[in-house]
Amino acid sequence: MEDETRRGHGHTIRVKGKKGGEITFSVEGRIALDNIGVVMQAIKGLMDEMLPSKLTVDLSGLEYLDSAGALVLVEVENRARSASIPFRFANLSQETEGIMALLDRDAISRKPLVAGRGASGFIEEVGDVALGLSRDFVTFMTFLGELLIAVVYCVRHPRSLRWGDVFFYMKRAGVDGLPIVGLINLLLGFVIGIMASEQLSQYEFNVFLGSLVAIAMVKEFGPIMTAILVAGRSGSAFAAEIGTMKVNEEVDALVTMGFDPVRFLAVPKVLAMIIIVPVLTLYADFLGILGGLIVGVADLGLAPYTYFHEIPGSITIFDVLTSLVKTAVFALIISGIGCQKGFQARGGAEAVGKITTSAAVSAIFLIIIVDAAFAMVLKYLS
Amino acid sequence: MTERKPIIVVDALSARYDDDVILEDVSFEVYHGETFIIMGESGCGKSTLLKHMIGLHRPYQGRVVINGVDIFAAGDAELNNVRMGIGVLFQTAALFGSMTLADNVALPIREYMHLSPETVDLIVRMKLGMVNLAGYGNHLPSELSGGMRIRAGLARAMALDPRILFLDEPSAGLDPVTAAEIDILIKRVNEGMRTTMVIITQELESIFNIGSRVIMLDKKEKGIIAEGDPRELRDKSTDPRVVNFFRRRPMASEKKAVTAQNG
Repeated sequence: MEDETRRGHGHTIRVKGKKGGEITFSVEGRIALDNIGVVMQAIKGLMDEMLPSKLTVDLSGLEYLDSAGALVLVEVENRARSASIPFRFANLSQETEGIMALLDRDAISRKPLVAGRGASGFIEEVGDVALGLSRDFVTFMTFLGELLIAVVYCVRHPRSLRWGDVFFYMKRAGVDGLPIVGLINLLLGFVIGIMASEQLSQYEFNVFLGSLVAIAMVKEFGPIMTAILVAGRSGSAFAAEIGTMKVNEEVDALVTMGFDPVRFLAVPKVLAMIIIVPVLTLYADFLGILGGLIVGVADLGLAPYTYFHEIPGSITIFDVLTSLVKTAVFALIISGIGCQKGFQARGGAEAVGKITTSAAVSAIFLIIIVDAAFAMVLKYLS
Repeated sequence: MTERKPIIVVDALSARYDDDVILEDVSFEVYHGETFIIMGESGCGKSTLLKHMIGLHRPYQGRVVINGVDIFAAGDAELNNVRMGIGVLFQTAALFGSMTLADNVALPIREYMHLSPETVDLIVRMKLGMVNLAGYGNHLPSELSGGMRIRAGLARAMALDPRILFLDEPSAGLDPVTAAEIDILIKRVNEGMRTTMVIITQELESIFNIGSRVIMLDKKEKGIIAEGDPRELRDKSTDPRVVNFFRRRPMASEKKAVTAQNG
């Protein structure tokens, strides 16, 4: 006796039998990924409604079944068996049997071997960050030690240093960075000039514009802006370069060939940066002062001679030298962190992306801290 | 049994990278339900051919027809339909490193099917179970071995139950046991779901274990030099390039070079 027919998206389920008795579901048409939600819902609904004492699923009218469709049939079987309802499939074709044999029934109910990576709470996040910072500090200090040993070795054996690489990185970080460093610092000097000119012109101290811009550029803005730009350009590039080598096992290849990766990869970069970044800073200072000159000439009507005349009196050699030492320390931080982060890379492309960002952020953060420390020390020294 | 109905037609395909001619006038058909192997020496254009077949590269000349649709003349909607009917396993598995295995497999299902999260989760567990990776749903690709990554890549390629699977060197660089496991898996999927398989492989064991028909490409010919049942080719071919390939023997010119090197 046919009691009910349910039609859906490409499938039909015919129900035979009385409620609470022996029931047969005849599934016709197709059960595939695009309609399994509907089919599953329909069969579950019918099972709840008909409360069969014995269930047969007749598949003689099945036209198409994919693995997702087979999953529905397995789910129906599991549901019946868990409710202690005697169950069987009728008229299973060879093809359907083949697809169902592909399904690992235990796998569907097996729990993941590791817990999901859900969002962690605020306290956990703070703890993670604190632990990460302390780990970073330890690994950076360890790397600095290794770097120092490698540098000492290179000083004692100058021929072991890859001078070609040193010049290459000097060009890449220095010469290639001239346009952007020049433009940014020229505009920075120009902005300082505009801000200062409003104040100075009120008290007719226009002649001190040159001194003000020069002090600002040489002592603070030149070194820090150059360092930030270099951290963004070269620090992250070093991290990406070494990181990619690390994940591609090129660093391991170097070790097996008897090379010290720190000496081979990091020392030329660090040395190139320590040489070139102070030079880049001098160039940035000069461009910044030129930016101020534009304001002096165009806005305050100063002669270039007047603008430059007051500068030597306000900037001492000590100021320039300490600025260059500071920049050399910045260069060490940028290249050191870039290389150290690169050596830390584990995994694939994603890891390289992470360490590249991390290298730039960490370097800029440390540069600001070291700059503050320099400001304090120099204040007491002078 | 294989129905003699071509599901893929490659018709007079020529492939070039700039002026570099890789393939010239290559034609063949792949039939529904067969395991079709593309083999040949390194650099003969196997991967180039595959990339043209899946529509990643546009041919210099010729056409590729999948399920009756010329994929390079088709509109976006038609091409998307074709793409939903094929799955691709890349040589490195190309799993998304930032996603768990479950998310990798679920990605196309969530994108193209309107299913409840519970159903998607069930399908993902089923797919991972099919490739013997049950329980690994929350793992990241970087936490898996090479063989496991390939199997996970296969699970993702099978996510939408495609009629055709393209596999680029699925057992390259794997140990013999893992390679055999991959072969068994491919065979099970092919036999169980009647999925048409197009496989690039150099592994002789795999070719004989899973291949129902092969074509052999040659670098100098820039095309097909042999086509047929792999065992028949091995036993009956008189072409020295085919014989040497199956007997793992270097070609005469290479042998001369090795001899000269050894003095």
